[in-house]
Amino acid sequence: MTSTTDPHTESFRLSMLIYDTRYRSTTIQVVALIGFLILIGWLISNTAQNLQDLGKEPSFRFLFEPAGYDINQRLIEYTSRSSHLRAAFVGLLNTLLVAVMGCALATVLGVLIGVLRLSKNWLVSKIMTVYVEMFRNVPVLLWIVLFMAVLIETLPAPSAFRGDDPESTMKLFESVALTNRGIYVPEPLFSRSLGDVHLFGQSALNFDVSLNLLAIVAVLVAGVFVSGRIRDRADAIQNRTGVRPTTWYLRLGVVFVPLIILLVALGFHLGYPELKGFNFGGGTHMRNSLIALWLALSLYTAAFVAEIVRAGIMAVSHGQTEAAAALGLRPRRIMGLVVLPQALRVIIPPLISQYLNLTKNSSLAIAVGYMDITGTLMGVTLNQTGRELETVLLGMLIYLTISLCISLVMNWYNNRVSLVER
Amino acid sequence: MSEMHAETVGYVRDTMLPEQDPPATSVGAIGWLRENLFSGWFNSVLTILSLIFIYWILSALLPWFFSPTWEATSLNECREILAEMGREGHFGGACWGVIRDRWVQLLFGFYPSGLYWRPILAFILLFVALGPVLFSDYFPGKLIWFSAIYPFLMPWLLWGGSVWTPLLVIAGLGIGYGVFRVVAAAAGNLAGIIAAVIAALAWWIFLVGPLSELIHSIIPAGLNSVDSRNFGGFMLSITIGVVAIAISLPLGIVLALGRRSDLLIVKALCVGFIEFIRGVPLITLLFVASTLLNIFMPPGTNFDIILRVIIMATLFASAYMAEVIRGGLAALPKGQYEGADSLGLDYWQAQRLIIMPQALKISIPGIVSTFIGLFKDTVLVSIIGLLDPLGLSNAIRADSDWNGIVWELYGFIALLFFIFCFGMSRYSMYLERKLQTGHR
Repeated sequence: MTSTTDPHTESFRLSMLIYDTRYRSTTIQVVALIGFLILIGWLISNTAQNLQDLGKEPSFRFLFEPAGYDINQRLIEYTSRSSHLRAAFVGLLNTLLVAVMGCALATVLGVLIGVLRLSKNWLVSKIMTVYVEMFRNVPVLLWIVLFMAVLIETLPAPSAFRGDDPESTMKLFESVALTNRGIYVPEPLFSRSLGDVHLFGQSALNFDVSLNLLAIVAVLVAGVFVSGRIRDRADAIQNRTGVRPTTWYLRLGVVFVPLIILLVALGFHLGYPELKGFNFGGGTHMRNSLIALWLALSLYTAAFVAEIVRAGIMAVSHGQTEAAAALGLRPRRIMGLVVLPQALRVIIPPLISQYLNLTKNSSLAIAVGYMDITGTLMGVTLNQTGRELETVLLGMLIYLTISLCISLVMNWYNNRVSLVER
Repeated sequence: MSEMHAETVGYVRDTMLPEQDPPATSVGAIGWLRENLFSGWFNSVLTILSLIFIYWILSALLPWFFSPTWEATSLNECREILAEMGREGHFGGACWGVIRDRWVQLLFGFYPSGLYWRPILAFILLFVALGPVLFSDYFPGKLIWFSAIYPFLMPWLLWGGSVWTPLLVIAGLGIGYGVFRVVAAAAGNLAGIIAAVIAALAWWIFLVGPLSELIHSIIPAGLNSVDSRNFGGFMLSITIGVVAIAISLPLGIVLALGRRSDLLIVKALCVGFIEFIRGVPLITLLFVASTLLNIFMPPGTNFDIILRVIIMATLFASAYMAEVIRGGLAALPKGQYEGADSLGLDYWQAQRLIIMPQALKISIPGIVSTFIGLFKDTVLVSIIGLLDPLGLSNAIRADSDWNGIVWELYGFIALLFFIFCFGMSRYSMYLERKLQTGHR
């Protein structure tokens, strides 16, 4: 490498590739790229050789073969005759379901606990400290199996609800049944339903979306939008005349009156769970695996969120609080108007990574038999078809996509929030 | 005026009164209670609610916890003992007999019981090796040499085998250094480094195995070797955690430097690797370890599952480590880089002498929390069938004596994890305080 090609000319020698800073970076990059390509090539050739020895040919055709296994927790139509791709899709929706539910609960709990931990009440702040340390320092997988055990062992069997003098009764005005087979909650029913809209035709990824739900969401969004306009108008009037018109009943009205009218028009009512034979029928059945996973992930992540919230609030300088107090704001308004908006900017970036962690941790569902994407694609499908390479790589790709999407959305939101600053 | 007052006011105090004690309700225990627990109706309500909550938890937990079942040899015996005391049902009391019977197994897995001294010694030596790094104030500086040898000593203590293997592996470093000196003198630093790496790798891959067998057949010295499948319990968790973190530290430094470098391709490779690893759950990487890693290797390679898990855990940890160290690098003031440049140091000298010592010091709390995270994540190996504490708890439950035990095992495992992780997080807080005063 260091031998010179032509010692007599001063123009270009090979050694300049190393010793001349003009060329050195290019040399290093080319060497790195070649090394990387060699590594990849080596891995691929090994893989091809091994797969050939095993008599397997990499192909994704298995995805369109019938899966042949059942998934008890599903959001869309699925039978054991559906394809593996369909099963993976069911699993993906389950992952997203538990991730969304978990993020929501973790945020609510985390903010509550983080604020309470800063409470002046000694006992409350100590209890919250114990909570945070207890959940943070024990593996989340242990919490998941522990919650599963709690649900199975402590809740009564459905048979305990039977008879004239049952051992257990349904909670919350006879609407919720807590049993060791899962939790039964009332389901929303519509007697004059608008029906469903079918998406993606006959492909493996087809699913139905309830038009009722779409209508409700549309009315809600429209109501909130109109309510926002009313607030803007009130602001404008206040700026012009100094007197703020009373609008709260109008703002509540435009959100709730159309919603109630729509619900009545659709014939909305709740379907309560009822004991039928040995088990409950009717209502929505939330399985133990879902509940355990959801609670464990949320409570575990809430401990981290609480620390983030606490750090964010403490990062707002004390002068801000004092200045707000000097303006005559009450403590609760100081928190809401001065401290939290500033703390939010510190809080959001680490919060995003906690959401990401929760989504990734939801892959531990496999330990309690919740059929998420790990359980379907990288679990049963892998075992049935023996296609380790394809299933695991596809699964990783899906998780990578979810992670990238979350961080894109959250970064976009983060940019919006930080633009407000100064 | 004053004269008028002197006539109209009957009495004017001309001496100071002695200071009075504050009222009894604002000092001592009562004062503390008033200030911290009952200041205002809202706080009082919160306090009372908290007290009810604590009572509710403790009244459920304590009777269960204090149960005289330490000597029981099976779950049925536990139930009999409790039934004699009139405590029936699931929550009558804990069955601590299982912990007495199986705690050794939860710690060591199926490691041969005669050889327990080896993991214990390795564990104690771990602290000796970590001492100079973590508590630099209290340990003599010479001990850092022991820290350097420890990574070679620990696998030998745990897995056993010929003593020559670790010695020859260390010799590989010496050979690499020798080659570096020779080649660098002849052809420059970069060529020296490349030649040294190639020589050392060739030595480790092709020569260490046969040579150590050869020397062992001449001068046999060593420990009984222990199979990987006998590893289990907390020993397994600690082994995976410590090895993965130790190797991921240099990898993380390289990745962090790569991510911050100006070289586009190097940067792209590092960013791609880091974001890929951080974007997928650890469990999928463990699936790769259990099913795919052997497919990626040349035909005929077959190395054991613990090694494969350690490789994937190391890759996983190194991505997170790289981000931690990148944070440390970013926290350094720009003046440090410029100062290093103005002294005429080249890139590696600047990194070695100026940048890294400071950046690593700043990132130690982050490194510790990465380690805590990884240590907690080692329980995931139970999903791919290794016998870590959680995996062992299933194995123990498969025994007919202890079939049906749940809480006691999970509680014990959770407690041990809590002690480890809580201790480490306290340490990292201590360090943060120490470093903070150092900066002011």
